[in-house]
Amino acid sequence: MSAHVPERVRREDEQLARERQKIARDGPKLKGAKLEARLERTWSRPRGIIGWLATVDHKEIGRRYIVTALLFLSLGGVLALAMRVQLAQPDNALISAQRYNELFTMHGSTMMFLFAVPVMEGVAVFIIPLMLGTRSTAFPRLNAFSYFMYLFGGLLLWGAFLLNIGPDIGWFAYTPLSGPQFSPGKRADIWAQMITFTEVSALAAAVVLVCTILKTRAPGMTLARMPLFAWAMLVVAVMIIFSMPAVALASSMLISDRLIGTNFYNAYEHGDALLWQHLFWFFGHPEVYIIFLPATGFVSVITETFCRRPVFAYPIVVLALISTGILAFGLWVHHMFATGLPRVGYSFYTSASMTVAIPTALQIFCWLATMWDGRPRFQVPMLYVVGFIVTFVIGGLSGVIIASVPLDLQLHDTYFIVAHFHYVLIGGAVFPLLGILTYWYPKITGRMMSDTLGKIGFWMILLGFQLTFFPMHFAGLLGMPRRVYTYPAGLGLELPNLLSSIGAFVVAAAVVLFVINGLFSLYRGAIAPSNPWGASTLEWAAASPPRPYNFAHIPVVESRTPLWDAEGELPVVTGLRVDEKEILLTTVVAATPDLREPVPAASLWPLIAAIAVGVLFVSSIFSPWAVVFGAIPSAIALTAWFWPKDLKRQPEPVIS
Amino acid sequence: MTVDGRASVVPLALAASACSYQHYQSTFGNAATEARQFNILFVIFLVICAIMYLAVIAFLIASIARRRRAGEANTVEEGRHHVSNPLMRTGLISWGAVVGSGLVALTIASFIADRSMASAAANEKLSITVTGNQWWWDVEYNAGDSSKMVRTANEIHLPVGVPARIYLKSNDVIHSFWLPSLAGKQDLIPGRDTDITVVPRKVGIYRGQCAEFCGAEHAKMALVVDVDSYRDFIKWWQHQLQPAPAPTTPLAKAGYAFVTSRNCSVCHAIAGTPASGTVGPDLTHFASRRTIAAGAMPMSEGNLYGWVEDPQSIKPGSKMPTIGLEPNELHAVVAYLETLK
Amino acid sequence: MILEPRFTDSVAGLPTHKFGPSSLTWWGIIGFMIIEGAFFGLAFAAYFFLMGHEQGWPPEGRQAPNLLWGALFLIVILLSEIPNTMIKKAARERDVPAIRALMPVMIAIGAVLLIVRGFEFNNLNCRWTDDAYSSVIWMLLFLHTTHLITDWGDTIVLWLLMRTDLGWEGRRLVDTDENCLYWRYVWLLWIPVYLMIYWVPRL
Repeated sequence: MSAHVPERVRREDEQLARERQKIARDGPKLKGAKLEARLERTWSRPRGIIGWLATVDHKEIGRRYIVTALLFLSLGGVLALAMRVQLAQPDNALISAQRYNELFTMHGSTMMFLFAVPVMEGVAVFIIPLMLGTRSTAFPRLNAFSYFMYLFGGLLLWGAFLLNIGPDIGWFAYTPLSGPQFSPGKRADIWAQMITFTEVSALAAAVVLVCTILKTRAPGMTLARMPLFAWAMLVVAVMIIFSMPAVALASSMLISDRLIGTNFYNAYEHGDALLWQHLFWFFGHPEVYIIFLPATGFVSVITETFCRRPVFAYPIVVLALISTGILAFGLWVHHMFATGLPRVGYSFYTSASMTVAIPTALQIFCWLATMWDGRPRFQVPMLYVVGFIVTFVIGGLSGVIIASVPLDLQLHDTYFIVAHFHYVLIGGAVFPLLGILTYWYPKITGRMMSDTLGKIGFWMILLGFQLTFFPMHFAGLLGMPRRVYTYPAGLGLELPNLLSSIGAFVVAAAVVLFVINGLFSLYRGAIAPSNPWGASTLEWAAASPPRPYNFAHIPVVESRTPLWDAEGELPVVTGLRVDEKEILLTTVVAATPDLREPVPAASLWPLIAAIAVGVLFVSSIFSPWAVVFGAIPSAIALTAWFWPKDLKRQPEPVIS
Repeated sequence: MTVDGRASVVPLALAASACSYQHYQSTFGNAATEARQFNILFVIFLVICAIMYLAVIAFLIASIARRRRAGEANTVEEGRHHVSNPLMRTGLISWGAVVGSGLVALTIASFIADRSMASAAANEKLSITVTGNQWWWDVEYNAGDSSKMVRTANEIHLPVGVPARIYLKSNDVIHSFWLPSLAGKQDLIPGRDTDITVVPRKVGIYRGQCAEFCGAEHAKMALVVDVDSYRDFIKWWQHQLQPAPAPTTPLAKAGYAFVTSRNCSVCHAIAGTPASGTVGPDLTHFASRRTIAAGAMPMSEGNLYGWVEDPQSIKPGSKMPTIGLEPNELHAVVAYLETLK
Repeated sequence: MILEPRFTDSVAGLPTHKFGPSSLTWWGIIGFMIIEGAFFGLAFAAYFFLMGHEQGWPPEGRQAPNLLWGALFLIVILLSEIPNTMIKKAARERDVPAIRALMPVMIAIGAVLLIVRGFEFNNLNCRWTDDAYSSVIWMLLFLHTTHLITDWGDTIVLWLLMRTDLGWEGRRLVDTDENCLYWRYVWLLWIPVYLMIYWVPRL
């Protein structure tokens, strides 16, 4: 209270304080079905299409992310099948060089920007608040906005491709090929602006995740008790914050070179083509760990539940996650070993690239030790963990091989590299993803996936994957470079390519089977109880699927495995209001209750702002003035987003 | 005449006797010091990595197959999920130590190989400049005095056993010079100078390709390297220094007139004639090369007809336009080109 | 709940706003500051990378930017920290009348800075198309300008909100406090940008 407060306001304060006492809150006096009915009303979003577009429910947004990402996975996969049909035979003329160049550009860009990172974000956005024992993410409207930006970026890229102006410069768009002189037209600009959309989306989601993980955890969930998946996502979100600006800056500089004649990448005007590579790979290397680390989180989750004990050496796993995240930023030059930079400098990057294998090797030990010490049950999610170990480690070791400069100079830009990164990305990220989608499917949908179809699909994709990608190691050693629409007969490349092409269709069939399983089980799957796997973490204390408010009371956590130590009842705190959306904020390290935080209501402004910003981005491909004129509707939308609907003071703050 | 647009290497394979199938363009070719160093280092890495992989699989199988008596495992059902087998702690530390030492050993091996390759590069005896273009290779043999400079395209001859340093430049986008049977690759970057040293050890014919995506016809930017005995190399080089032979038949003369006065001479140079364009490949001894259009087709009369008549249908997007020659012009031009041995 | 709840403490007595790291939006703003810092850091790296190629900087004897307007910008923005700190203090003391009086001062300063910035662009002595040096200094100035404009816009909107009755609410005071924090970041980042545009070319 200060001397500046006028009498009128002081009286208002007192009146509001009186009204505050009358607010209904959860607790021993309001619990059970009566409480749940009230919470249901408060936390449900408006019905109908408007409500659907305006939702800020992290579960809905997470599901959207996952479904959209799986759609892009399928589209990217179809492109891969087309490429493999073209490459099944030498000197094939099924697909022209130009079209093929578009195919591999779209395949790489779709998989990296529109599938891999968004699907991890989507799973995290869905499950993290449940795992942490809260009712919402931080900044739910920003979360909604980030989904729409992602969707619009994907629509831009695929719309352009279907209109025959899709990019054809590779997913990595090296300059000067992607610059104004050698890529006339708008193809490269569309690629570069898709980057801007997806990076804005990922950065927004990263801020949401960092703030959610640090501030909204259940009381008693100290950092040392936080589930390993939450640690993985915390590290990943911080990595996104530091790495994605590099590619957004690089692509904006590219658009600027192309549109308004700057010379960042133009060697004839004191620019440098390698500036692009440095900026791109400064992002690009952490990017692959941004994709991989959430998958290690999945493996920890599944291993714990299916071995019936927590992962061995939790502090080591946490340190491994953090050190991988940090080391990942010191490796990028290993993508540039053939560019003629000083060899002594390269040695540093070789050492760093080798060193980064150590924390991952330790994580693998910890998972295997957990299996040793526990009683593993080989249901479908655990099968994917085994598939992950068997497959990913091959990719990790081929990575060790190419970390060596003399070896990389032969293997760089050949199919050996294609083999390597598919082993680490599919073995290391997609297998755990399929496992975790099977695992959390009951939580997301309330039903179980078919176990039989799941097992068939697992074996199909595991074996199909090996058939597709193992021969590529040989294709590379036998002299097949990357990004070629055909290869000559007589070099011995026919057999590996044919095997890869056959394998690709097996993998595709396995993915189709997984999707069919996912769709059928929505209607025919066994109804799931809240904790079908007997797991230990808090999301399994909520219903399957969770009610809009997640938990009737905010749980208190006393160990790393709360549900295993619960002994039939769950300690909870009380006192959050039931008539407006509210969550509890706790302190960053010790998770002691700190503040009560209102949760924003559903709103169309995130969508409208995404449209305004999207129009700004797309029109700036065509004219720099779009930045100026497009800023106006964007500013209006963003202001309206934050402007309160009601300017009257409330007894407790509400975000309407 | 038939147009063979396929980039077939089979005739190339038949033409050479020394190398066996599959090793023209392959790391198994082992035809130079650099390639051999790669193969040795690769085998070292492969063996150590295979051992590490087998260790992981062994642990995995042991963890799965392990017999656990009732109440013995540290699980939640047995009430011991907070307890860990003390062996695992030792295991973790040993595992970390083994992995760490293995990686250190590999890093040292890599460093030693790298330094040895760098020192080999210090003794160049032959100097060549290769300039990358979309989608062909401009080759110049450097010499102190310009009358001794040889310019050719898409084909390099090297004397066996002689360290050759190849300076790499680019006129447009980034390319990469890669002859897997001989050495690792090196990029050609506009505005930057890079180089690669090769010490060929086996006489033979080898094929390489551009290994950095450089646009529409990246897949059709190949080059051929002939490793000759020192004597054969000198013979070839001295022949390359000769200007183009004058045409003798009427058809060839008509072709000469066309080539030196029309579109062709704008881009191409033929030593000893007025044609002196430098934008496209030098054609002085074109007919003695093994391929047309950077490996797009083997050299043959039929393929020459196809290329000269309609380059855009063979390599769409390449910088050589389809100009629509009359049949008699086409016959004349091809007849003349065939004399450029 | 599936498991029976065991009731422990009530959190009803906890506040709904606090200044500093207890505030959720504080973390959000720090997150965005780090993102922008990464953008600028990488732009600085690009600047030094391009500079490393050159014998002279600016290359080809081009004239470095004129000092006057940049120095004027620096002085005004550093001085703006005085009313900025006053507003921050007022927010923590719930002195809404002071906030309502001082924020227009910040807005006016912002407008002056934008005008000075316009003159700065005009006095860079090069066009962004000239060469990579020109492109990179225009880029640095442009990035900082977007920084400035967005915070100026934020300040205007916040001032309008503080003029309503909601200005007395604790969370709006926290917003004001955090906006002042962000303004500090805007001038802090200006210092290296200023040095790189005006002084490094003169070294």
